[in-house]
Amino acid sequence: MTLRVSGLSKVYDGHGRRVEAIGELTFDVAGGDFVCVVGPSGCGKTTLLRCIAGLMPPTAGTVLVDGTPVTGPPPGLAVVFQEYGRSLFPWLRVRDNVELPLRAAGLARAQRRERVAAALHAVGLGDADRAYPWQLSGGMQQRVAIARAIAYRPRVLLMDEPFAAVDAQTRADLEDLIRSVWRRLGVTLLFVTHDIDEAVYLGQRVIMLSAAPTTVAEDLDVDLPDERDQLTTRGDPRFTELRARVYAQIRKAQGRSAQLRQPHTGEAGDRA
Amino acid sequence: MIALGRLATRVALAVALPAALLAAWWFASAGSTDFYRPPLSRILVAFRDTWFGPRLVDDVLPSLARLGLGYGVALLLGVALGAAIGASGRLRAALEPVLEFVRAIPPPVLVPILILVAGIGDTMKVLVIVSGCLWPILLNTVEGVRGVDEVLADTCRSYRIRGAGRLWHLVLRSASPQIVTGARQALSIGIILMVISEMFAASSGLGFTIVQFQRGFAIPEMWSGVLLLGLLGVALSLAFRGVEHLVLGWYHGLRSVQRER
Repeated sequence: MTLRVSGLSKVYDGHGRRVEAIGELTFDVAGGDFVCVVGPSGCGKTTLLRCIAGLMPPTAGTVLVDGTPVTGPPPGLAVVFQEYGRSLFPWLRVRDNVELPLRAAGLARAQRRERVAAALHAVGLGDADRAYPWQLSGGMQQRVAIARAIAYRPRVLLMDEPFAAVDAQTRADLEDLIRSVWRRLGVTLLFVTHDIDEAVYLGQRVIMLSAAPTTVAEDLDVDLPDERDQLTTRGDPRFTELRARVYAQIRKAQGRSAQLRQPHTGEAGDRA
Repeated sequence: MIALGRLATRVALAVALPAALLAAWWFASAGSTDFYRPPLSRILVAFRDTWFGPRLVDDVLPSLARLGLGYGVALLLGVALGAAIGASGRLRAALEPVLEFVRAIPPPVLVPILILVAGIGDTMKVLVIVSGCLWPILLNTVEGVRGVDEVLADTCRSYRIRGAGRLWHLVLRSASPQIVTGARQALSIGIILMVISEMFAASSGLGFTIVQFQRGFAIPEMWSGVLLLGLLGVALSLAFRGVEHLVLGWYHGLRSVQRER
């Protein structure tokens, strides 16, 4: 399932203030690829993801999922949000949270049960199925959200800084989990993060964004072996090189944004 | 053992004050010869003779049936209208001033009007109860539906959970704490209106019977009716708590976890 973003731009216009969040973005993700998107804070990463997910219309440009233009949430696409605490239904038990999208999709009961059990097992929560999400730790809650996405069997999976709010150890575990899930499912995965190490460690490709108005600053292939491991991969000299390259690019973008910010917000003055 | 001990303490705390009040009433009224304030012992005898007989079927049950029907209709109507109004900003803007006006009218003054419209039968009494119970449920539902979490709404959209599934699993469940708050207020209003509607024009019911006793100078029986109303209120509020425990178990759990963190 390919993902094609072409000429995408997004302008927020309101309260006499015009903010150009995304200038012009064009990139492709081939079916089954794992692509990370990094950029300085406030560069419109979340806006991009929401446009791809069909949760927000772009101002201009198109998003194609397998050749079909996105006008609303497309079928076969799942999103894992950063705010796991707010994306799980607190009134549903863990297994019901995972099952709900399958019920909405009209799957038979037996099939649903099987998928829910397999997905919870895959994220290591096989015996927490009867708990409520709020009884679990943050990392476990995000696992539930990932299990829900796995059970849905999406062809495209979007993740919006999913591990930004969990502690370092949990984060490393979840990174390895998502790598293994991706390799097993063959899903097209777009992973948005502000963490440079995470982007290089996870992706086959890293797309670096400039500061707002956002464009693609660089599109980098990560030529690390497919078998990745927190110790050896992060100790690999090539990892350090790639990481330094991404870091330099982001720094450059941040510098530019500091220069640009002044005249850019100035546009609002004559409208107020 | 500790849990059992705690339970015993809680029951003792809940029962202590009513027991003390009853004892005070009992002893203070024991030798009373005042016609209007008979001894509690006489009231209790009247209670047994009055209510454990045909009156249970002729008066208590019809009252409760009208309350149940009126309350049920108000609940359905309030939640349905509240969900529709809460989901639409325009509808809310158009209706809110009217709703505030209607809500401010004390429901008992509607009784004479409803008698004109609906006669003096059961329909009028049920309508009085509906017209009083509806507002707290409706307005709380509107607030609850407005407060649906955006991330959760996005989650539903991207998993294509729509229509009835969305209404039930997202909108109504996330508004359920407010709906229950409204329903609790409505229940006490409903009990009051049940009695009042029967005091105006009726041939059966608790309110009617109590007024009859008062007019016929059957004072101990009148007191026993008031006692029965109080006991009904306690029973209904206990039943309500049971339902709330089932519906909002998740909410109380979530709140206690949030308080700890």
